[in-house]
Amino acid sequence: MTLTLPPPISQTRGLQPEGWLRYLSFSLDHKVIGLQYLVTSFFFYLIGGALAGMIRVELLSPISDFLPRETYNEVLTLHGTVMIFLWIVPVVNGAFGNYLIPFYVGARDMAFPRLNAVAFWLIPPAGFLLIASYFIAGAAQSGWTAYPPLSLTTPATGQVIWILSVLLLGGSSIFGGINFIATVLKMRRPGLGMMQLPMYCWAMLGTSILVVLATPVLAGTLVLLSFDIIAHTGFFNPALGGNAVVYQHLFWFYSHPAVYIMVLPAFGLVSEILPVHARKPLFGYTTMVYSILGIVFLGLIVWAHHMFTSATPPWMRLFFTIATAFIAVPTGIKFFNWLATLWGGKIALNSAMLFSCAFIVHFVFGGITGVALAQVPFDIHVHDTYFVVGHFHYIVYGGTVFVVFGSIYHWFPKFTGRMLNEQLGRLHFLLTFIGFNLCFAPQHWLGLNGMPRRVAEYDPQFTLLNQLSSVGALLMAVSTLPFLINVAWSAIAGKVAGDNPWNALTPEWLTSSPPPVANWNGPAPLVTHPYGYGVPEGQIDLKAVSGLQIWSEGR
Amino acid sequence: MTTLTSRTDPSTSRQTEDHGAEGEHRDLRMFGLATFLVADGMTFAGFFAAYLTFRAVNPLPPGATYELELILPTLNTALLVASSFTFHRAASELRQSRNGACRLWLLITAGLGLAFLAGQMVEYFSLPFGLTDNLYASTFYALTGFHGLHVSLGALMILIVWWQARVPGRFTPEHHFGVEAAELYWHFVDGIWLVLFGILYLL
Repeated sequence: MTLTLPPPISQTRGLQPEGWLRYLSFSLDHKVIGLQYLVTSFFFYLIGGALAGMIRVELLSPISDFLPRETYNEVLTLHGTVMIFLWIVPVVNGAFGNYLIPFYVGARDMAFPRLNAVAFWLIPPAGFLLIASYFIAGAAQSGWTAYPPLSLTTPATGQVIWILSVLLLGGSSIFGGINFIATVLKMRRPGLGMMQLPMYCWAMLGTSILVVLATPVLAGTLVLLSFDIIAHTGFFNPALGGNAVVYQHLFWFYSHPAVYIMVLPAFGLVSEILPVHARKPLFGYTTMVYSILGIVFLGLIVWAHHMFTSATPPWMRLFFTIATAFIAVPTGIKFFNWLATLWGGKIALNSAMLFSCAFIVHFVFGGITGVALAQVPFDIHVHDTYFVVGHFHYIVYGGTVFVVFGSIYHWFPKFTGRMLNEQLGRLHFLLTFIGFNLCFAPQHWLGLNGMPRRVAEYDPQFTLLNQLSSVGALLMAVSTLPFLINVAWSAIAGKVAGDNPWNALTPEWLTSSPPPVANWNGPAPLVTHPYGYGVPEGQIDLKAVSGLQIWSEGR
Repeated sequence: MTTLTSRTDPSTSRQTEDHGAEGEHRDLRMFGLATFLVADGMTFAGFFAAYLTFRAVNPLPPGATYELELILPTLNTALLVASSFTFHRAASELRQSRNGACRLWLLITAGLGLAFLAGQMVEYFSLPFGLTDNLYASTFYALTGFHGLHVSLGALMILIVWWQARVPGRFTPEHHFGVEAAELYWHFVDGIWLVLFGILYLL
């Protein structure tokens, strides 16, 4: 528990690899760690996408013909677990958080660089462990929720490896969360106040509070579940006098906030992208901040809306319905703030902006179905049907993944010093947008008409819409190709970006592309008004340190 | 990945990457530890919530009882509470540059912690129920076992700082993160025990 003071910088020189090798090393540089997160999680996105493709091929026909039933369950479980714990959570928190937060607070690195590297290096082994479970003794079959008694009756080996993997990823997430909280609260450059931070800092602060408060509960619960499997205790096993509903309460105490862990950082990222490409200040900064804090608080007290059919008593249903409906208030504030940011702006409809605008559309749709699902009578009708699948994917794919792509188009010039190709980017957007909506919009209809989720076989009346949905999934798979080609080609031969291709005012753009190891050559700039856009382009003086200063002088 | 990095400006890549190591900014390690203990406390909170719900909802099987023998656990509680005070004494001796006294009090603290663990071991062997006997038995062992794991780690930490403190100047009155961290952790473990004792033994 004791650490000696680090040796002077001159002595540590040479301990860290240089050049491309540092991306494969235990690097302490937040920018390297951010890109490590980005590439690793994208690799797992491709795996999770391939698993989703297998699900959609199986669902082309009402009978179970492409995959054996057990394999379908394994594929379904792996798809959910990989996408949530190895793609979405690491990419919006670890990748962009590590890359951007030190810039935004005016620091040279995160508060705990070694802990940061440990948090990243927990992810690859956990991911490979999870995927290896399929080849060892068959993967877990009980879905990403691992509800007992199902998780107690399906083969034990896969389930135990699943638990181990999720515990490692949870640990990684907690270490990351501690680091973000310390960095945002304690590492700010002198003179930089909390209400002057770019919105992504607030989003990451709120997310990290949720991570630190909720993830340990999941970890403890999964340890108890592993006792039930290995030691034959009966915590969650009704046959041994246990209580399966308690598992659901503890699981959703983490997993509902987990939805906000997946989507709050995306709110933050989109709040960075919109003002830059609309050339307008972010509308309603203060209300945005309080909305985030409101979502954090409400997000912790709504978990039982996932359990309306689990013999939940009426008073509990009433409380959780009302609390859930209240979340629509802060999210609605954010939605209208984004619209107001765009309103009357000088909008550049480039790839980053297209993905961000599609996010707003999808998020409001997923948000409305979410409010509908909070109503007990409606929820009981569509519980465990494809309506829930559609709703969920509109939030995490239509919401978060669209923002991730938009963010890659926005920050790729900073990562590499080269621009991504716009034509390929628009093609990527078009295919993803059409494919996504074709894939998931019909699932709401399927669910309303009673198609249950998580099973390989269905009533033949649902065939046509399932086939449409699978065509959409195919388009989504195809859409990845222009993106990958774009990234590979642009990184080598793309147009040189320069330091600040978007004329943005947030601090990561006030340095070279890619940035030096110390983030800025010289002292960190003091950016007290990161959204001070709105003057004729020619008058923006990017050498000036304060955005508002530029703005007011321009008027 | 190689393509991304080949663009790196050679003049910057020669710089060291250890620029952000602890020491360049003010020491945030206690803040980090405190945040971690909030997370750790949430794990216990989850267990407590589960236990209380089990008790409220699940009927006790015939023949089982919530009543526990109280003399040994009460003695154990006294030992652990006392150890918090002895650790506090050790830290204040260190702040007054009395290294030898600090080490003595650290050793006493570790001894009290180990005595607690021994007491719990005796209790485990004398209890009339085993881990898988019923839901209440399982929860009892899970909660006390998880706490016992924390006590073991804490005792190990105390012994480590006790060993490190043998070198004069290793901990100074101003800089003694190891001792401070072990002390905060130990008070945390002590506080958790008081809650656990309340709901598991007294309730």
